[in-house]
Amino acid sequence: MVKSIVAAAAVLGTVGFALPAEAVAQDGGTFAVQGATIHTVADGVIEGGTIVIRDGRIIAVGQDVDIPADAEIIDGEGKHVFPGMIDSFSSLGLTEVGAVAVTNDASELGRWNPHLNAHTAIHPASEHIPVARANGITHSLVAPGGGGRFGGGGGSGIQGQATLVHLDGWTVEEMEIEKTAAMIIGWPTLSTGFRAFAGFGRPAGGRSFQRAQERFDEEVAEMDSWFVAAEHYRQAVASGSSRVPRNIQLEHLSRVLDRGMKVIVRANGWREIESAIEFAEKWNLDLTIAGGNGAREIAGTLAEKNIPVILGPVQRLPQGEDTAYDDPNTLPGVLHEAGVEIAFATFNSSDARTLPYEAANSVSWGLSKEAALEAVTLGPARVLGVDDRLGSLEVGKVGNLIVTDGDPLEITTRIEWVFIKGVPSDLDNKHDSLWEEYRNRPARRVTTTTT
Amino acid sequence: MRDPRTRVAGRVGAGCLALGLALGIPGGAAAQEQPILITGATILTAAEAGRIEDGAVLFQNGRIVAVGPASEVEAPSDAVVIDGTGKYITPGIVDAHSHIAADAINEGAVSVSSMVSIHDVIDPTDVAIYREAAGGTTTSHVMHGSANPIGGNNAVIKHRWGADAQGLLFQGAPPTIKFALGENPKRAGSPNLPGHEARYPASRMGVMDVVRQAFIEASEYKAEWDTYRARVADGDRSAIPPRRNLTMDPLVEVLEGTRYVHAHSYRADEILQLMRVAEEFGFRIHVFQHVLEGYRVADEMAEHGAHASTFSDWWAYKMEAYEAIPHNAAIMTQRGVNVSINSDSGEEGRHLNQEAAKTMKWGGLSEAEALATVTINAAFQLLIDDRVGSLEAGKDADIVLWENYPLSSYARVRTTYIDGEVVFDIDADLAMRAEIEAEKAELREMLGEADEDDSDNEREPDRRPGGER
Repeated sequence: MVKSIVAAAAVLGTVGFALPAEAVAQDGGTFAVQGATIHTVADGVIEGGTIVIRDGRIIAVGQDVDIPADAEIIDGEGKHVFPGMIDSFSSLGLTEVGAVAVTNDASELGRWNPHLNAHTAIHPASEHIPVARANGITHSLVAPGGGGRFGGGGGSGIQGQATLVHLDGWTVEEMEIEKTAAMIIGWPTLSTGFRAFAGFGRPAGGRSFQRAQERFDEEVAEMDSWFVAAEHYRQAVASGSSRVPRNIQLEHLSRVLDRGMKVIVRANGWREIESAIEFAEKWNLDLTIAGGNGAREIAGTLAEKNIPVILGPVQRLPQGEDTAYDDPNTLPGVLHEAGVEIAFATFNSSDARTLPYEAANSVSWGLSKEAALEAVTLGPARVLGVDDRLGSLEVGKVGNLIVTDGDPLEITTRIEWVFIKGVPSDLDNKHDSLWEEYRNRPARRVTTTTT
Repeated sequence: MRDPRTRVAGRVGAGCLALGLALGIPGGAAAQEQPILITGATILTAAEAGRIEDGAVLFQNGRIVAVGPASEVEAPSDAVVIDGTGKYITPGIVDAHSHIAADAINEGAVSVSSMVSIHDVIDPTDVAIYREAAGGTTTSHVMHGSANPIGGNNAVIKHRWGADAQGLLFQGAPPTIKFALGENPKRAGSPNLPGHEARYPASRMGVMDVVRQAFIEASEYKAEWDTYRARVADGDRSAIPPRRNLTMDPLVEVLEGTRYVHAHSYRADEILQLMRVAEEFGFRIHVFQHVLEGYRVADEMAEHGAHASTFSDWWAYKMEAYEAIPHNAAIMTQRGVNVSINSDSGEEGRHLNQEAAKTMKWGGLSEAEALATVTINAAFQLLIDDRVGSLEAGKDADIVLWENYPLSSYARVRTTYIDGEVVFDIDADLAMRAEIEAEKAELREMLGEADEDDSDNEREPDRRPGGER
């Protein structure tokens, strides 16, 4: 491994930073997409450009580049090249069939599971992965706490660690980019359970706001007690005492302290988000918000404190009856305008292929096309701390790209090539296979007579 | 009848409803007297005329007067002229499978619930009526749920936001009934799930048996009535009418071909079996709903004369949806089945235009075929295609003006007309928001409490079709 990295570095020559040690195809071959419109995301659009990948890395991008003699050349005439898209929060490989409990590994029992890791359960042979990949989704943060029946997320608590993966690989080890990419926390919800109307013996209204606030505070205090314990555990271990009994939950949780591991908090209301920010500041956490439906109200705070938001689905209903019909569509643009780093996500497995439409659906409501594209490529890479390797088409980055006949955020665009880790990925999937099989079913010849 | 507008006006969030009032939306009957001409737009007619560049549509009194190239459509001098340059016009979207605007959708305690009707529970205050109109949807088939092999009777509504329950109804739409196969009626009867009373059936065999038994009974009931009527017609004054059976009446209508079956289904086997059961009794399954494995038996469906109303790309949310493919609509279309794309969801019903576009990507339907799946095909399946579903002179003025290409993930609606009246307009909506905020502030002040609003704290809504639907 060391030897091959050295070899790869030698090929790259001018690259200034050390190569990360995650799996990149070695001797992965040399490929060049020639004469295409290259959307680098980091550095503008190159018309009539060529991009060269060798042994898993991008080694050249530009209008006038040398193509190695041994390169396999893809004619890019009339084609577009983009970085592969990143689903910033999914249950790919964890949830196979939503309603079939035995096929769900996204959620564990109990509320306090900081020691669990999605990596343990990602099923590389899940049918969902090639389906998502064929639509240009090349990476995903696979996170615990979601999934379940019809994809519903789990409530409040510490749900475990998420793994960032390439959506290609025979084993999870070949897929992984960051085994431990973030700790996932479900924030308590501040809700009165208010109902407008009485009926069937059920009274109108819910608990009082005061009672809801008390309950919320109790839950946050319970969360806090886990962090207190983690801090004590960390200090005890650091003291070098041999008498500290090993506690695997606290061992894992203590890693998030002092910004040691990203913490992604699922929170939607602005009060909950504010509460999570306050908590994160108390414990010096590296905070990202996921969901963030109410982030609009505190966009300035999020921007000022550099807290990114992994956006809950745009294709969702407005939260309140009196919420504007287009609230989900305008939110990404409002946050971006305010200077908040945003990333789109599907929070799902079977829907992961619809990620580009999540981004597109905010474009007619204030987000620029460029910002929308960035929020499914380089934006998520920055949010997840891997923008040194992923998210844009730059020399030295991992060879993750898609070749299309147009804008990948547009529904009718065809994805013609997908490169993951510098090699062409198989675009066949369960859906295309069944399509091929049944579109070719011979016309029905025998008609049965039924009585 | 009590005006629902007064009932809702006191609720926080009635602003959208007030929009309907401000725009003078009538409670049903078409009242748009002034002629309106939208000109210069690209028109996707969903009719024989296909796509018309630089086109115009003229409508008055709730009906389309003319559609064609802008140079050929002449407007009366008193017409309101709207410049549609750079914009697109389509027919209002017709959703062949919805559950909005219904106070409850399942009567799951019995296996055959053909005695109940969605007509009795239409809720005109459901904001989904407005939200979907903002996505270009103008007509919806509001269906009973899927807890029973034979479910209740459905209702067809127009999204006339502000109208009362009666005013929402699509007058003259032929009656339909919901059937349901597979996991949902099985689950409703499963003794293995907590909270479920055991109820026959709990297998696909049992589901078919329930349908067959019901139609044996309905056939006998029909024969009693036929005999009675024949005797009366013969002047037999001693004839006694059979006892009226409200469960059987709709099934007799099915046997007589005056009520149309919309069957919730997933797997190819159950699709095939239900057609054969229907053929035993001489009726036809009019539309298979969901029909995610329709691509496997498309020839058999075409032969039977069944239509298909499916999702664009949902799959794997339950076991019977695991072999769903997004090419389903295309394969069925190419095999001669009339196909629509539906929402089954108050969220998806807001962007059926995009769902239709997916059939162009997966399976290669043309623009016209794709648009038809959410307009004329759906109208055809509901037997209202003489009124809505395409832009043709004489049809209802259910018209959507789009800011950009509608079969796109970037599409946005500017104005939606139903019967020639504006039910959604983006400028009016924006103008209304300040009023809503002012109303909320006033209500909060009256309550003496600024912190009671937790409307943004509800859990994330689920996009999947509901388990009990």
